[in-house]
Amino acid sequence: MEEKLRQLREESLQAIRSADALDALDALRVKYLGKKGELTAVLKQMGTLSAEARPVMGQLANQIREELTEAVETARASLSEKALELRLAAEKTDVTMPGLPVRIGRRHPLNKVIGEAKEIFIGMGFTIAEGPEVELSDYNFTRLNTAEGHPARDRQDTFYFDDDDEVLLRTQTSPVQVRVMETQPLPIRIISPGRVYRKDEVDATHSPMFHQIEGLVVDEGITFADLKGTLNELVRRLYGPDTKTRFRPHHFPFTEPSCEVDVQCFECGGRGCRVCKGEGWIELLGAGMVHPRVLEGCGIDTRKYSGFAFGVGAERMAMFRFGISDLRLMFENDTRFLEQF
Amino acid sequence: MNLSREWLSDYTKITVSDKEFCDGMTMSGSKVEGCGRTGEGIRNVVAGKVTFMNPHPDSDHLWVCKVDVGQSRELTIVTGAQNVSVNDLVPVALDGSTLPGGTEIHTGRLRGVVSEGMLCSLGELGLDTHDYPYAIEDGIFIMREPCEPGQDIREVLGLTDSVVEFEITNNRPDCLSVIGLAREAAATFGAEFTAREPVVHGCGDSDRIENYLSIEIRDPALCPRYTARMVKNIRIEPSPAWLRRRLRASGIRPINNIVDITNYVMQEYGQPMHAFDYSCVGGSRIVVRRAENGESLMTLDGNNRNLTENMLVIADAEKPIGVAGVMGGGNSEIVDETRTIVFESANFNGTSIRKTAIALGMRTDASSKFEKGLDPEGTVPAVQRACELVELLNAGDVIDGMIDVVAAPAKEKTVMLEPERINALLGTRFTREYMVAVLEKLGFVMRGDEVVVPSWRSDIEHYADLAEEVARFYGYDVIEPTMFRGETAQGGWSEKQAFENRVTSLCRAMGFNEILTYSFGSRSAWDKIRLPGDSPLRNALVIQNPLGEDRSVMRTTPMPSMMDVLATNAARRSPVVRFYEMATVYLPRENDRLADEPVWLTLGAYGGGVDFFRLKGCVEAILRDMRIENVRWEADENNPSFHPGRCAAIRAGGRLIGTLGQVHPLVCDAYGVEAGTYYAQLDIPAMRAIQSPEKTFVPLPRFPAVERDIAIVCAADIPVAALEDTITAAGGPYLESVALFDVYTGEPIPAGQKSAAFSLTLRAADQTLTEEHAAGTVNAILAALAEQHGAVSDSTPRQRRILKT
Repeated sequence: MEEKLRQLREESLQAIRSADALDALDALRVKYLGKKGELTAVLKQMGTLSAEARPVMGQLANQIREELTEAVETARASLSEKALELRLAAEKTDVTMPGLPVRIGRRHPLNKVIGEAKEIFIGMGFTIAEGPEVELSDYNFTRLNTAEGHPARDRQDTFYFDDDDEVLLRTQTSPVQVRVMETQPLPIRIISPGRVYRKDEVDATHSPMFHQIEGLVVDEGITFADLKGTLNELVRRLYGPDTKTRFRPHHFPFTEPSCEVDVQCFECGGRGCRVCKGEGWIELLGAGMVHPRVLEGCGIDTRKYSGFAFGVGAERMAMFRFGISDLRLMFENDTRFLEQF
Repeated sequence: MNLSREWLSDYTKITVSDKEFCDGMTMSGSKVEGCGRTGEGIRNVVAGKVTFMNPHPDSDHLWVCKVDVGQSRELTIVTGAQNVSVNDLVPVALDGSTLPGGTEIHTGRLRGVVSEGMLCSLGELGLDTHDYPYAIEDGIFIMREPCEPGQDIREVLGLTDSVVEFEITNNRPDCLSVIGLAREAAATFGAEFTAREPVVHGCGDSDRIENYLSIEIRDPALCPRYTARMVKNIRIEPSPAWLRRRLRASGIRPINNIVDITNYVMQEYGQPMHAFDYSCVGGSRIVVRRAENGESLMTLDGNNRNLTENMLVIADAEKPIGVAGVMGGGNSEIVDETRTIVFESANFNGTSIRKTAIALGMRTDASSKFEKGLDPEGTVPAVQRACELVELLNAGDVIDGMIDVVAAPAKEKTVMLEPERINALLGTRFTREYMVAVLEKLGFVMRGDEVVVPSWRSDIEHYADLAEEVARFYGYDVIEPTMFRGETAQGGWSEKQAFENRVTSLCRAMGFNEILTYSFGSRSAWDKIRLPGDSPLRNALVIQNPLGEDRSVMRTTPMPSMMDVLATNAARRSPVVRFYEMATVYLPRENDRLADEPVWLTLGAYGGGVDFFRLKGCVEAILRDMRIENVRWEADENNPSFHPGRCAAIRAGGRLIGTLGQVHPLVCDAYGVEAGTYYAQLDIPAMRAIQSPEKTFVPLPRFPAVERDIAIVCAADIPVAALEDTITAAGGPYLESVALFDVYTGEPIPAGQKSAAFSLTLRAADQTLTEEHAAGTVNAILAALAEQHGAVSDSTPRQRRILKT
């Protein structure tokens, strides 16, 4: 009997170790270790042994069972590993193929630039003021120190809704400043971005509707030097910390002193090129100290308070920023244009 | 304004280079737009003397000339011109020279004879007979200017001036003159400004202007001052070269001495002048008055002008002889036979001149100066200067006396000098002395603490104006920048702005590109979107002076703007588009002249498999994210812009908050877009008004849910929303949610019926649901569906499509 057991052990161990698939291994397990398996069959003959021999044989049989069970598990682990390797190999994917497309919409380049400016000013403690686009000429002109008879009021420059030239499409976002100064407590720190309208035929650089971003600060002790500091900061945040600015005297009806702010040409660094038309500078902003007449018109005491205001054309900023050469593209909304930004 | 630096040097000596001059002037407020030199483009052209001429051996019209150009050897030059003679002084373009326009001249052969350059005509030097009236148009320029052979032609012809082009702001009409810019330049570069008073000798006979003329101003508001002098024995001739050159450098064409003098004075003093032929001034009277309606005048440009009572005219005793400040009349023009002239130097109301010029459609050099408001004290010096030039040019005999009618005397203007206030405004620490020095340099006069403003500075009224004068000559660039102080302010987005930002972010996240469209459009757009004739949306704000019908009404609905953009993209063959816009519309108010300006979100799409439910899914996502709850989608068969069977009115909080649908095929046709075009609009202010408060935390369920699917057959026209309402109402406490997952019509479901399948999620908060609970709920739901909608359970086994996951 012992001989039989040893024989079975040799034979089965060899079979288990050479099994090459999990189902074959399972079959071997059943064949040798199952209830009707060969080992069980051998043990069934225990009754024929002597009482002395029985425990010895029993011990041997258990030892072999354990040995076989372990061999099956070892073989199973290695076969599983192999099977996994095969499956993974079969599942190999060409990772260079493109992903399934997910469409993310684009912001209009103009609103992208306006949005950036808003964020910058919010960071500087400003709020964003809004006001009507259909406006009274009183707010658009008179309270901004632009008297009756001023050329800007002409019907060839401004769109009117009535025969008396009293209701118009605002030509600037400055009337928002007046409305804020009339109604809000001091100090004031606002920007007023929005649509404005002038009677210009559409071409590469003109549009009857365009966008301005204007700002206003009114407080005690606000100076022209503060205006310079604030606008330098804006320009640096928009165009990089090394951007150089130039403040030139200019004229606007609602500021005094007034200035225009140029930035050194990004293209040539000030040497003069096609982009800056040889000047080395690009005109960016108009600004100035709020005219005493405008402040007083809003009931603000000019002996105590002063303020500065500035304005910039958003289209101009966006065109420089993205190198857009034709303003008409902005309002055509060709999807191939919009998806570039 | 084009400034000749040579002319400028009559008033102030500025020695810096052109570049420094331009930069300096720009930074003190007189912006330079460009700078060039007269004679630019001419290189290597010299004066030459013709010493010998022979006919070309091989031509019947060419000449072979020997020309002395100051070199050791005379040049041989072939010319085709027939006006050249031996000993003539002519411009010679040498080998390797350049002429205006970029033409290069090189030694070459003309019919076998070597020609070492070219003899030049006026035209080839960029000049014409206005510059040199003694020369001929087609032929070589035979020069009468004193010169030596070999001398650079630019030197000979005085083409060595620099011309600086200024962009002068509207508030500084005084800088539209050589003298005004000289004053600025002197202050900018710390040079001396030399004022000079014109000297007029007159005839010294007993003849006086009063013997010839009387002047009356009938409208002092429109003509505060009118000054005149007269000249007799006029000798019309070309002006001398120096004067012609200065005019030419300033961009003015020389004509004859009298016309040139008026232009010269306008350029130098900034005061427009006019000269009338005295023989045409009827009744020896000049009357400055408003035109009478119905009057007309042929102006100098040959056009007949119909005048109105809003226009100021210069008239004689009977008729207008000039449109004041704009253009003279043809009936009093200076002609060759003119013997006696009247020089007009007047001051007019700027706005009146501007409106007249616009109404007549002729802006002239004079009107564009007058319209900015000129110095009333400027009329006398200008007319004196004109008379001085008449005597200098020997163009006639100046009659003694001047008529100077001051109808509305100018008031002296003063501003208090408050140095602390100026420093406080600028953020500087200038001394009073520094401020005074700057102001005095510019012609301001101190009287104690008062600054007397010079008459030509109509722009100066406040301390802030004085601050600008001080700052710009100190240098805006030199003022040290600071950051403003003050209490820390809390900047940020308003609730409205944050709401709108969030909505647009969602649109982009779902693949929609942002568009920006015009706020105005055409009335025809209302017909294109099939707006009913009596729609309140046809009540729009109308622009009185639009840029064409296309842009004449403020939009009352955002739909046409989106349709236009879809159409543009369809026409350009973009196969798939998704757009959104935050579009303001402009609705007239009842009791107010302003407009309501609410914002709509619009979504537009075609291509890429878009359909009603895809767009609806996007809108639902937006509404869910923006916390708009209890949204009702109602079929809207009566919206004419949409497919009658595929349009929903979106309601929430008891109001219409939007519309979504497939665009009506007729609307699609009108715009030229494909029929599968979808559009939605959401009323942003309405959404904000009903936005639910931010959610608070709900504990996660502790007990498992039970899923039950039901399928029913009911009449096909019962909306799913009605079935869902019934299910929700009948579901009792255990029904957590209901979701449609299939709708089916067709065999084996009888015609006119549909099968709808819902997935029910049942859950109790405090226990695991038993089979009994679940069955009870489902049965109650089925019973309610049967009772309210005649629905029966659908047991037909079939593959169902999954609508929701």
